[in-house]
Amino acid sequence: MMTFEKIKRTGPVLFSEYENGSALKKAISIGRNEILAELKESGLKGRGGAGFPTSTKWMLTAAAKADRKFVICNADEGEPGTFKDRVLLTEYPELVLEGMIIAGYVIGAKEGIIYLRSEYSYMLEFLESKIEYMRKYGFFGKNILGEQGFDFEIKIRLGSGAYECGEETALIESLEGYRGEPRNRPPFPVNTGYLGYPTVVNNVETLASVPHIITKGGEWYKKFGTDKSTGSKLFSVSGDCKYPGVYELQWGITLRELLKIVGAENTKAVQVGGASGVCLNESQFDKKISYEETATGGSIMIFDKSRSMLEVLKNFMEFFVEESCGQCTPCRIGNVKLLEGVNMIEKNDYTLEYIDKLKELGETMKIASKCGLGQTSPNPFISILDNFKDEIFSKN
Amino acid sequence: MTDKDKKIKTEFIASLVRLYGKDRSSLLPVLQEFQKKFRYIDEYSQQEIADALSIHPVEVNSIISFYAFLYDKPRGKHTIRICKNIVCKFHGNKELSKFMEKKVSEFNKDKSEESKITIEYVNCIGLCDRSPSMLVDEKVYEKINPHNAEAILEELS
Repeated sequence: MMTFEKIKRTGPVLFSEYENGSALKKAISIGRNEILAELKESGLKGRGGAGFPTSTKWMLTAAAKADRKFVICNADEGEPGTFKDRVLLTEYPELVLEGMIIAGYVIGAKEGIIYLRSEYSYMLEFLESKIEYMRKYGFFGKNILGEQGFDFEIKIRLGSGAYECGEETALIESLEGYRGEPRNRPPFPVNTGYLGYPTVVNNVETLASVPHIITKGGEWYKKFGTDKSTGSKLFSVSGDCKYPGVYELQWGITLRELLKIVGAENTKAVQVGGASGVCLNESQFDKKISYEETATGGSIMIFDKSRSMLEVLKNFMEFFVEESCGQCTPCRIGNVKLLEGVNMIEKNDYTLEYIDKLKELGETMKIASKCGLGQTSPNPFISILDNFKDEIFSKN
Repeated sequence: MTDKDKKIKTEFIASLVRLYGKDRSSLLPVLQEFQKKFRYIDEYSQQEIADALSIHPVEVNSIISFYAFLYDKPRGKHTIRICKNIVCKFHGNKELSKFMEKKVSEFNKDKSEESKITIEYVNCIGLCDRSPSMLVDEKVYEKINPHNAEAILEELS
């Protein structure tokens, strides 16, 4: 069973008109260096949330010398409140696959892997059928579109229910048959990735942006968004609003504008960037969503005035306690301590001094944790307690 | 477990290793496919998988314990995974959970372990725009209320 929208989506980039295969044809005709130049010009950054420049990642992997290289599509969309990749993979799979083939062409990889979260296993057959469909047009196999020596295949591997595997080195560990625990970096996957070979790991949305950039140009792409956040972003909007769903909007939009578009009324709080993001109150709704101001992987959870912010915070902290891989101490112990603090507030059995100590612990976790999970999990704790202190500490 | 059961499992594991390759990176797909057929990965099979891939059985167990969707204990015929993310919680998950717990416990009454339904509460399954949501085995269900939940359960029996 699959989930499709009945209305046709529109948007500046990803949801704009596109002819399947046109980017791959153009890519082969203009060559690797030109593709990298266009990507650089576009300013495309990783759409998983971390925002690393895509052209740099590809350039570094292309420059590495190795017998084998890999393109990995990170479809382990696990951040609470995020579902844009679900929409891309079900409604625009050709874009994602074509982005992967182009990546393979540029970096010199013959093998691509989609790491699909197990919660999306219902898409497996559908995606495999898309690959077979595109094979008929010569987009897979040997000497793709007649280009001698350009071979590429994609296989799909399923996750097994671990949020941590969305972190690229944990994802690679998982693919290699290990626990999904992140690696020390450096070395980075661009030179020591899957099975020790140079590997590009890109988010679904990043890969889907590539064909549009190739066909319409980096200059065109740059027209959208802001100076440092070029192009568009997919937002997964959920919670208390009339029209939840996936929206393609330009970077630089304010939260207030976004709330209006999705029909949110009586809004008290917006969690930007999923559980690991920050929670903003009404006085902050004029903030722009961009890498410069409020960076996000696109999750927007809206809470109206009837919702308990402590319940929201508790839900997020329970999530992190469960999903911390347990490898490093700041994250493993820190999240448990923060959750304990939330429970103390709930029972009205706490001192403000201790809560301040926990906020300090949160700041320490941001610095001392090994990967993004523990570095960002204190965000909701600190931002919800700071931005909604009147509500949360009102019992005292 | 009878010798015949053991033989069936060993042969199935061998066929999976042939398909995915005798390599550590085949471990997760082998476990996933095995579980699809036998619902959980028993101790005997963990040992067999370890042997077939030339790794230590404790490594196999470590992987099963790490991943939330892999099991080393017997499970019923169907698994219902209800999303417990805050968005689903605020949009009907609480009522849904209560309803499902009640219905499933009625369903499981007088059933053998094998034919029971298991309910689990899982983190965000990426359907927040259609909350409350749940997965039944590998199918997704969205905007569930007691009315359509009843129909879903009937399908399982």
